Amino acid sequence: MATEQPFPHKHVLSLADLSPADIHLVLQTASSFKEISQRAIKKVPTLRGKTVINLFFEPSTRTRLSFEVAAKRMSADTFNISNSGSSTAKGETLIDTARNLAAMNPDCIIIRHSRSGSARLLADHIKASVINAGDGTHEHPSQGLLDLMTVQEKKGRLDGLKIAIIGDITHSRVAHSDIIGFTKMGAAVHVSGPATLIPPGIEAMGAVVAPSIGAAVADADVVMALRIQKERQQDPLFPSLREYATFFGISRAVAELAKPDALIMHPGPINRGVEIDPQLADGPRSVILDQVTNGVAVRMALLYLIMGGD
Amino acid sequence: MSQAWLLQNGRIIDPANNIDGQGDLLIDGAVIAGIFPGGAPPERTAGAEVVDATGKWIVPGLIDMHVHLREPGEEYKETIASGTRAAAAGGFTAVACMPNTKPVNDSEAVTALILARAQEGSARVYPVGAISQGLLGEALAPLGELRRAGAVAVSDDGRPVTNGQLMRRALEYSANHELLVISHAEELSLSENGVMHEGALATSLGLRGIPPIAEEIMIYRDLALARYTGRPVHIAHVSTRESVDLIRRAKAQGCRVTAETAPHYFSLTEAAVDRYNTRAKMNPPLRTVDDVAAIRAGLADGTLDAIATDHAPHSELEKEVEFDLAANGVIGLETALPLALALVRDSLLTPRRLVEVMSLNPARILGVSGGSLAPGAPADVTVIDPETRFVFTEAEILSKSRNSPFLGWELQGRAVLTLLAGRVTFRR
Repeated sequence: MATEQPFPHKHVLSLADLSPADIHLVLQTASSFKEISQRAIKKVPTLRGKTVINLFFEPSTRTRLSFEVAAKRMSADTFNISNSGSSTAKGETLIDTARNLAAMNPDCIIIRHSRSGSARLLADHIKASVINAGDGTHEHPSQGLLDLMTVQEKKGRLDGLKIAIIGDITHSRVAHSDIIGFTKMGAAVHVSGPATLIPPGIEAMGAVVAPSIGAAVADADVVMALRIQKERQQDPLFPSLREYATFFGISRAVAELAKPDALIMHPGPINRGVEIDPQLADGPRSVILDQVTNGVAVRMALLYLIMGGD
Repeated sequence: MSQAWLLQNGRIIDPANNIDGQGDLLIDGAVIAGIFPGGAPPERTAGAEVVDATGKWIVPGLIDMHVHLREPGEEYKETIASGTRAAAAGGFTAVACMPNTKPVNDSEAVTALILARAQEGSARVYPVGAISQGLLGEALAPLGELRRAGAVAVSDDGRPVTNGQLMRRALEYSANHELLVISHAEELSLSENGVMHEGALATSLGLRGIPPIAEEIMIYRDLALARYTGRPVHIAHVSTRESVDLIRRAKAQGCRVTAETAPHYFSLTEAAVDRYNTRAKMNPPLRTVDDVAAIRAGLADGTLDAIATDHAPHSELEKEVEFDLAANGVIGLETALPLALALVRDSLLTPRRLVEVMSLNPARILGVSGGSLAPGAPADVTVIDPETRFVFTEAEILSKSRNSPFLGWELQGRAVLTLLAGRVTFRR
């Protein structure tokens, strides 16, 4: 089972806060937990008596469910609060909501919120551990970790790999966590997409900005397409979904440029036929569903590492 | 007989009268009686309260040409009484207050109300009226009526005048009423929804950036309008290198432009925003090390005429929230002088230049009294201890709000005595 190395973090807010050793520990722990989900009785008593609150201010199916499944398989008690049912709809501030939840003495709050920094704000105001399940356009660390785990599993290593990430780099919190995580573990991350969606200073995060989609994908070990958020079209960032699909979607021709055994990834949910060819998404090189499976294991590991120590 | 003061053996710095030297300053009632380099003659000082100013600077009262006093309408953040108390503690004897109150100061009634409340304040208050009705950027506010009621300038501060024709007309029509037009320079289509300086830090925090060009393009427009109309324009809160360069070039070409910056733009970089520190959120945003260097150089070489605080009080309601949702602005009246004195210690400003940018120039730009220790002038005087060190803490803040990015900083130099028309408004 899990190792006895310490995990020196109370919260998981950002992969920028984790060292390569921390990330290694999470991945190792997640691998050892993965087997639990294959059992007939998919439950261990490790986190019995712990209280986990899922505080989701944005709609989410897979991430919320993934955290809930992870917590339940570790025998924690889970409670879900979604935006529509929460008192923020009645004008309560995030800090007031957090203090009220804290008064019920939970051990961990998992927050998803549309504003960057909201997970940090929560962590600064309550005693419980906080896991960031996506804050605005900042980070989505558990998604980054499950992507690392998936690639590590399939490739046997992270060090020295070339990872191509294509699409809306500016607004993708997944891209940010992936860039930071893969870079910390020794991989090279090449990004490309419409120039309007490559943010200033992304190189400081560790990414290489490729001159074209082809250059990013060439000889890549991993090709990841990001979801295009249709609501972004109100800004003049690209002319149309049709043009996006034509010039920035991962077609089979583009995928051919990568290594023959390159993995195809997508953080989901997919706009089929826009950011990626449907046949690639469903093809033999696609690990999109492995990402989902590993998501549960990574989240079990995070819950264990921040709550299981006592 | 009215109260007399003898400020004895200080360094008297009065650039308006080309004075910088040791001496005594004698005040008789509400006015300056005289400067005596060799010491005041005893027959003139009988009955005066003597203040030993050895090791201190005696300067004309500081003037902050850009503050938000929040009254009327948001008295939970600041009032004219509390804001002018904070001003006096910072060494200021006069402030110019921006019109984005509730209701907006776009009428004689609001200007008159501000001036009436200011009667009992601790500093002179010069209202700045709105350029456009309701700050909506659509129709001219009644500039003549505002002037008649006591406004000294007009600005839509807090937002730009996006309509170029309206800005042109404001510059032209203000000539009839000798009103200064102050530009909040921001091209909204470039800055919209941005919350901090655009760059690597904004990207890593997942925050939407405000590019420097949002400020520079609008400054360029307003300089072009000032040149075309032949009218003066004053640029508020300059924050970028290119803005400084534009203003420097315009001045060299004879354009009638004056400009101010704020202490946070020469003391802090965008790094202060890290970890989503809403106390470092303001508009324009904190910029880069390179911009800070350019702002400092601009103050030193005369491109930037004034240091103004943009004192913007907000309560925790507006600041203890998600960064995107937090209000823009920081308080500044009580930290401006020590932060400016740091520039003197860094040899960027001479003491005389400091007095110019914090007293004389604001008075001249606004066309108000002050900025001078000439005999007969109003006895608005600040005594500064340039050496004293202190840690800036919440406990000593006189403003009603606490939103300062400088809390916990060790600062050096501050006002120890502030006199407004010969009356003590602050003494430490």
